[in-house]
Amino acid sequence: MKIAVCVKHVPEGAAKLDPGSKRLDRSGEGALNKFDANAVEEALRLKGDSDTEVVVVSMGPEKAADSLRKALAMGADRAVLVSDPGAAGSDLVATSRVLAAALEQESPDLVLFGQQASDADGAVLWAAVAERLKRPVVSQAAELAVDGRSLKAKRQTEFGYDTIESPLPAVVAVSDAINEPRYPSLKGIMGAKKKPQDVRSLGDLGLGADDAGEAGSRTSVLALGQPPARGDARKIEDDGNAAQAIVDFLAEKRLV
Amino acid sequence: MAGTLVFLEHRGNELQKGALGVLTKAAQLGGADAVVIGEGAKALASEAGKFGAAKVWVCEDEQVRQPLPQPRVDVLAQVVADGGYDTVLFANSVLAADVAAGLAARLDAGLNWDLADVEARGGELVGKRPALQDSVYADVGWTSTPRLALFRAGSFDAAAAGGGEPEVVEVSPSFEAHSTQARLTGQEGEQSTGPSIEDADIVVAGGRGLGSPENFSLAEELAKALGGAVGATRAVVDAGWYPYSAQIGQTGKTVSPKLYVALGISGAIQHKVGMQSSNVIVSINKDANAPIFEFSDLGVVGDVHEIVPKLTELLRARRG
Repeated sequence: MKIAVCVKHVPEGAAKLDPGSKRLDRSGEGALNKFDANAVEEALRLKGDSDTEVVVVSMGPEKAADSLRKALAMGADRAVLVSDPGAAGSDLVATSRVLAAALEQESPDLVLFGQQASDADGAVLWAAVAERLKRPVVSQAAELAVDGRSLKAKRQTEFGYDTIESPLPAVVAVSDAINEPRYPSLKGIMGAKKKPQDVRSLGDLGLGADDAGEAGSRTSVLALGQPPARGDARKIEDDGNAAQAIVDFLAEKRLV
Repeated sequence: MAGTLVFLEHRGNELQKGALGVLTKAAQLGGADAVVIGEGAKALASEAGKFGAAKVWVCEDEQVRQPLPQPRVDVLAQVVADGGYDTVLFANSVLAADVAAGLAARLDAGLNWDLADVEARGGELVGKRPALQDSVYADVGWTSTPRLALFRAGSFDAAAAGGGEPEVVEVSPSFEAHSTQARLTGQEGEQSTGPSIEDADIVVAGGRGLGSPENFSLAEELAKALGGAVGATRAVVDAGWYPYSAQIGQTGKTVSPKLYVALGISGAIQHKVGMQSSNVIVSINKDANAPIFEFSDLGVVGDVHEIVPKLTELLRARRG
């Protein structure tokens, strides 16, 4: 079996926006998106001692190789980085187009995603990628079992847990409740350097300049502004009458 | 805004309030139609009309009985084509997010997500998207049609617009092979029956400061007295005090109710991002330096175990 794990290299520490491009400033240090570590861990758990191959796939700047190396150090077998200046600034449709093209070259039985990216809160990419690959998709998986031909996932929803079954190949986004990612061992870190790491351009994927980056995107950031301000905040110490003060406040706001 | 379609999610015989809020907003911006998909859809069409939908597309096909996203993408793609819509709006939920992203890929359409608001500016739609833990509000747009938007829970109030009976159109799409492969084979545990915390007007949330799982009854009793739902922080969900379905924050739900009451919650950034767009925030914490006070409308420095029972009593007395 072959499992592909899509991972993202995200800025470390307090992220900031570049006022010029209005994009996230990706010039500083970065790290493997922590939610993607759950997806890598799940792939390694499913692999166990079998001959299943785990390929980590990312789209990002050259520095994203650091994050892929971490996934290799955890135990993944191979890494594919799509890095191309023409891909910078890709929105959801453009990113899903590029990732789907990279995944099609790999034709994995299972594609895993983490539940969200810590830099841009959107948690929607997998459904777009699954649609482009024309594969079934399950998101928010808190448990996952795979038998080589099909999968069974326990999915967290607003209302409880759904059990979803699907044939493979399929796309699954795992929740961070699914496992506790391992730390790479020293041996793993040393070994990672020798594992195959391919870098592919848009051209390598059969994509043109119109497929990615701003040209391939269908949304744009027009301006950056301040969030709406909160009204006057009040802070009181409980002198025994706080409960009444809260009731009065709620009454004043017409909330009771 | 010619040709706007709103995806209305429902559960049992109720349309989701968040989605009705989006419909209310869309109707105010210049009219909207709606689509209801799944068992019981037809019966909800006139309800959608009350919130401003002029036309309601319904689909009760066998393939959409289960709450799964991909068959819904097929229905929406058909409706967008048949109705010629240039804008499709969604209220965020586990299901709606997957439907919206799937539709974006199917139609090669731009999807702006996690929007807190939208306005029509000189004939163009402009979305408001909080970014970087809500420290920045970005104005976002679309460079082609159809334009897809996914709104945060609680972005808009649902208000009946006094609309008449809508025109009802049944949709029978052809389903893609890959859309119907995943199947729901079971549901278990925690299947809550009330409104989800994302749909509640009032949320009472508890954190570590409650001291023990048993003390969550304080939050539950207060929520009952206020007519609200109970939420929890990640720390207490991880500790097994309360189910994940109630978790609010970065890895849980994002809520923006009219009133958010935080009990024994310090207000770490991971929690803040899930609730800071609430209309009014009241917090009780014994640590005067807790970050939650920085974004509370009323902060009370005190002991939840003393204040909350009294507060619940007072509220019950008011209700009579």
